Amino acid sequence: MAKNKPEGYLSARESRRISKENRKITSAMEKTRKRKNVPESEYLTTMHDPNNAVEFDNLHTYFFTDAGTVKSVDGVTFEVPIGKTVGVVGESGCGKSVTSLSLMQLLQRPQGQIVEGEIRLNLGDKAVNVAKMPDKEMQHLRGNYVSMIFQEPMTSLNPVFRIGDQVDEVISLHNGEGKSKEEVKARTIELLELVGIANSEGVYQMFPHELSGGMRQRVVIAMALACNPKIIIADEPTTALDVTIQAQVLDILRSLKDKINSSIMFITHDLGVIAEMADYVVVMYAGRIVEKGTAEDIFYHPAHPYTIGLMASKPVVGKQVDKLYSIPGKVPNPINMPDYCYFKDRCEMCVSGCSGAYPCEVSLSETHKVSCYRYYDEAKKGGA
Amino acid sequence: MGVNKGIADGVGRAHGASTPEELKYQTEKREERLKKGLQPAGGTGTAPVMASSDPNEPLVYDPQYILMVKNLKKYFPIKGGMMSHVVGQVKAVDGVTFNLKRGTTMGLVGESGCGKTTTGRTILRLSGEKTGGQVLFNGQEVYDLSPKEMRSMRTKMQIIFQDPFSSLSPRLPVGEIIGEAVREHNLVQKSEFNAYIDQVMDNCGLQPFHKDRYPHEFSGGQRQRICIARALALNPEFVVCDEPVSALDVSIQAQIINLLKELQEKYSLTYLFISHDLSVVEHISDTVGVMYLGNLVEYGATEDIFRNPLHPYTKALFSAIPIPDPKAKMNRIVLEGSIPSPANPPSGCKFHTRCKYCTERCKKEAPVQREVEPGHYVVCHLFDK
Ligand SMILES: Nc1ncnc2c1ncn2[C@@H]1O[C@H](COP(=O)(O)OP(=O)(O)OP(=O)(O)O)[C@@H](O)[C@H]1O
Ligand SMILES: Nc1ncnc2c1ncn2[C@@H]1O[C@H](COP(=O)(O)OP(=O)(O)OP(=O)(O)O)[C@@H](O)[C@H]1O
Ligand code: SF4
Ligand SMILES: [Mg+2]
Ligand SMILES: [Mg+2]
Repeated sequence: MAKNKPEGYLSARESRRISKENRKITSAMEKTRKRKNVPESEYLTTMHDPNNAVEFDNLHTYFFTDAGTVKSVDGVTFEVPIGKTVGVVGESGCGKSVTSLSLMQLLQRPQGQIVEGEIRLNLGDKAVNVAKMPDKEMQHLRGNYVSMIFQEPMTSLNPVFRIGDQVDEVISLHNGEGKSKEEVKARTIELLELVGIANSEGVYQMFPHELSGGMRQRVVIAMALACNPKIIIADEPTTALDVTIQAQVLDILRSLKDKINSSIMFITHDLGVIAEMADYVVVMYAGRIVEKGTAEDIFYHPAHPYTIGLMASKPVVGKQVDKLYSIPGKVPNPINMPDYCYFKDRCEMCVSGCSGAYPCEVSLSETHKVSCYRYYDEAKKGGA
Repeated sequence: MGVNKGIADGVGRAHGASTPEELKYQTEKREERLKKGLQPAGGTGTAPVMASSDPNEPLVYDPQYILMVKNLKKYFPIKGGMMSHVVGQVKAVDGVTFNLKRGTTMGLVGESGCGKTTTGRTILRLSGEKTGGQVLFNGQEVYDLSPKEMRSMRTKMQIIFQDPFSSLSPRLPVGEIIGEAVREHNLVQKSEFNAYIDQVMDNCGLQPFHKDRYPHEFSGGQRQRICIARALALNPEFVVCDEPVSALDVSIQAQIINLLKELQEKYSLTYLFISHDLSVVEHISDTVGVMYLGNLVEYGATEDIFRNPLHPYTKALFSAIPIPDPKAKMNRIVLEGSIPSPANPPSGCKFHTRCKYCTERCKKEAPVQREVEPGHYVVCHLFDK
């Protein structure tokens, strides 16, 4: 083992061993999942707060790869209240998309698995734990009740089918009962126009590669909104859009939210969009939540050094700097996380306690929580 | 010009130098521009960058420009009916003209679907034949090159694609994706190959343990960095960056932008930088072009465009920039009317259907380009003297 190999190097034998072990773990998990006639009692649960639409509770989602176990989401707890928008920000690769894919049960299986924790979904008259839900039941919810706007539009568009056929399909699959073909098409055209696509009749006939990046993204948004979902997961929904159309799409999302009291989980790197849309903000780093609070908490009193660095990195129109600030260093390897604060090696504000165990969550106020040693004293003062 | 003053007030965000730092910054930026051989923003001297004499006259090569584009057009056929007859044309790029100096960055902004990507791809000859116009790269008409010449030209002109997911081969490990073309063109010696790839990956915020993984195992932003590394590994002279940083968190975004600028200083790289993030465009670009429905409607030095946006579309665009402050009051100029289709663009000024300053003349007559201040061009009837 003492040989001088680059970090992350694995011998072929080692990698075979890992992959065999992975298969054992994942096939056991798949087996429980694929059982027939799972009794409802197994996945029924109760919400901790009936005002929440979704509660993520200590979620752990891992990928069992040949190079080792990637702990993409490693203990994430937050909730999305009914009728509210929760913004999720964080380092690229920190597990935002994986968190939302866990909620949709769309992880790449068998290697991607929820290994621990609950995702409670409020269905009104009952609540379910998505982590335990069988595929068949989940299918009823997906697209109808919860729907997702994917980060890369091409992942949810099929390149060989026309746009119109693809949107039609979504509509007839989920609430097409009793609708004639013409009615479905009319609804598709209406949706395309809603997201600001000019020439909607023309686009109806086009293939995905004939659309611009932003047009594809809007088609995907139209598909996600087709069934008036109660929970919308928007993973970077507006990154390919110019700011005027972005504003239009944000308005559509907001009005849908107000109309049917939907909840939105909004993932984006654009802090300006977060400030505009989000009621609450969750900041993730390397698979964990480092800070959460209301939008005001996060924007006016950022506490975690990562959040502070993030705010400092954003170029602002009219504010001129020569070189942009960028947080020094790199994220740790998700296969091999340190046993102290994950951000410590990049942190410019370390205090003496930082080499201790991963910091636990400190309450700065009723709504504002942060995981950082710098605030341990304050917690004591506050008597928490 | 009473009208102009009126609309100028609509954009509260325009900025003069108010603090000493900004003044200092502007002086520096001015010197930087002079060093790059550009005319100072809003200054004197008139080196027309958006030359538009007779559109049919052939371009005369001027060695200070690495890229000269004149009246570039790219139409896509619309097929319809049972027999897939061509029933019309999408005029994705409809007469774009600009010159790009070596070692500078031109930002390209505009509405989604207005033809930015198509402009970039057509310049690089990546979307079949052009419909019209000229593209001179280092004085060479790109569309006259033989396939063999084109292949060697490819290393000099690179593109970072907008949609990383569809442009990465799912079956190759990342190290191979980045290194493939480097090896093919023998850019580095065999013994240095691995170290070189590691270096490129490190520059783009990728780590050595990523090398053997496959694209699907990466997050959206990580995939974007793979695309950037692949393009930069070839030591290009000119790079079309199509939304290169929009999938990245702001810290890595800053890192990549700093990297792009650094490489530019070192190797005199030239960029065509397409982005919807106007704050990024302002930061990285020397000149900015604003596109609407296949045409450039405004073009000029970055400071001029941001300090004094003139075209009604540019103003609306700038007014919609989100501000990172939850209590900020937005003063958006809402564009009325639906977005016209590039298959059937409006008559006269293409923006007239949504413009609140539209006059009878705008509906009939297409405006021509005017130089409103030195080096600052706009295509709008409001600026006809
Ligand atoms: N199928 C997979 N196999 C192995 N690892 C994966 C897989 N999918 C994702 N990962 C890893 O999980 C981590 C989290 O990925 P995720 O897509 O959630 O990031 P993200 O926060 O959405 O980032 P971005 O902002 O760049 O989209 C990353 O380190 C990624 O490499
Ligand atoms: N291969 C194609 N066939 C037919 N039409 C096309 C093709 N490629 C692009 N178009 C059309 O050309 C127009 C311009 O597309 P382009 O991709 O250049 O836009 P863009 O400015 O890059 O937009 P975005 O910001 O959304 O990426 C769009 O109307 C699009 O539908
Ligand atoms: S030419 Fe007329 S319609 Fe076009 S942008 Fe100017 S004022 Fe508006
Ligand atoms: Mg993601
Ligand atoms: Mg594009």
